[in-house]
Amino acid sequence: MRGQFLFQEIWTGLRRNLTMTVALVVVVAISLSLLGTGLLFVKQVDNTRTYWQGRVQLSIFLCTATSVSAQCKQTGPATQAQRDQILHDLTALRSQGVEQVYYESQAQAFARFKKDFAQDRSFASLVTQGEIPDSFQVKLRNAQADYNVVAGAVEGRPGVDNIVNVESILSNFYKLLDGARNAVIVVAIILVIAAILLVANTIRLSAFNRRRETSIMRLVGASNFYVQLPFLLEGVIAGLFGWLIAAGLLIAVKTLGLDTLQQYFPYNVRLSVADLVEVIVLAMVMGVVLCGVTSFLTLRRYLRA
Amino acid sequence: MIHFDNVTKTYPSQSRPALENVTIDVEKGEFVFLVGSSGAGKSTFLRLILKEEKPTDGKIHVAGKDLARLTNWKVPYLRRRIGCVFQDFRLLPNKNVYQNVAFALQVIGKPRRFIRKVVPEVVDLVGLEGKHDRMPHELSGGEQQRVAMARAFVNRPMILLADEPTGNIDPATSIGIMKVLDRINRTGTTVVMATHDAAIVDSMRKRVIELEYGKVVRDQSRGVYGQAY
Repeated sequence: MRGQFLFQEIWTGLRRNLTMTVALVVVVAISLSLLGTGLLFVKQVDNTRTYWQGRVQLSIFLCTATSVSAQCKQTGPATQAQRDQILHDLTALRSQGVEQVYYESQAQAFARFKKDFAQDRSFASLVTQGEIPDSFQVKLRNAQADYNVVAGAVEGRPGVDNIVNVESILSNFYKLLDGARNAVIVVAIILVIAAILLVANTIRLSAFNRRRETSIMRLVGASNFYVQLPFLLEGVIAGLFGWLIAAGLLIAVKTLGLDTLQQYFPYNVRLSVADLVEVIVLAMVMGVVLCGVTSFLTLRRYLRA
Repeated sequence: MIHFDNVTKTYPSQSRPALENVTIDVEKGEFVFLVGSSGAGKSTFLRLILKEEKPTDGKIHVAGKDLARLTNWKVPYLRRRIGCVFQDFRLLPNKNVYQNVAFALQVIGKPRRFIRKVVPEVVDLVGLEGKHDRMPHELSGGEQQRVAMARAFVNRPMILLADEPTGNIDPATSIGIMKVLDRINRTGTTVVMATHDAAIVDSMRKRVIELEYGKVVRDQSRGVYGQAY
């Protein structure tokens, strides 16, 4: 079937059935967006987990001249003697769960801070080196079990500002993301089912509206494939329009949603552009397959051979 | 060209067969009238040739091919070699004369250059020169039927089947229609026409096959509509 003729048939079909086509496009757009968002969440969690793999679980921040906690105001900035004592005690706890201890000086901490916030220079420039505390970064053998022992050993000492349980912050974050991901995917699956039904109905209606043409086509000897092709492509093209909208929404979700959430966390696990492209391409494949297969099966059933 | 060998066709919901033990041979280039009262089996006969229905029993050969052996996806290619004309014309209402005839070629993938050459020839052949851009509702019944015949003939089929083509047309115009059919037949196309129109059958003196309750009761070359006792 010649290209121009085929294009005309498809365009006529889409136009005649305009309200249903629009409904189809909207539902496909939303369901693909939600599926894509779920995928983005999964990737985000993976990114975060990878970042934290093998990093410290326990950070003991020492007092500096500008620390604001009551403890530090009372005892003043940490002295070298205090530092040595803490290091000695932590090392002694090797048998009780400490795998590794290392000291991060203020200069090192400041350099790391600047690197982590490289995307947000305005914020980074507000902070000076003196305000970033030095710390002992502790890697535990078993994060849950050993935390209390090790934290208890250094808590409240002079020179210790506060102890951060990195793991608990993270597990809360993971739980939040997992919960959001599950909710999104459940809604997405419901919408995908709705999309499938809508595609089937739209194609059926389109084929019914053109039954005069299709019966003559069949009479005149057009092969089944050529009879079905315009309708099949109608479904796929409407699906692609839906995908375009979904792609736009996914870009918004990533840049305006996930990326801006990053500012609440002192580390950088933004998804890359490649990740976003991968999700968008996957959404397109899913959309085309969904619309194509549904259209094909519907046509086989209602456009009798 | 068309060979029915002891063909029986019973529709699922009926007790009496639509066609019973029908054996007919139609040679290439013949002009055959198929006559009989309503329900005699004329339309069934034509549908079996197109493989729109399958026989309950017996063998059918069209252009040397055994229809029983023809796979479903090959049926369209058979239908391209058979042209069809109906009592209700079956034109597309929102396409003009040219587009209606061209449609038959477009859907089988013929290139536009070919269509632009062939369609005007055929439209002129059926006597509609100058009316290429008229819409069906602007044409008389006779003219619409001519468009249908042009569409049926444009792909130069081997066989032309006509199911009561003059049924909706007045006797005077019917003569014009039959002249076109005759012209088509003279190009070598086999024509099988089912009809009630006694006057036409009598005036043309072609082969007449009469069906009654699904059986062949008469097969006469240069025949007339009614029995010649």
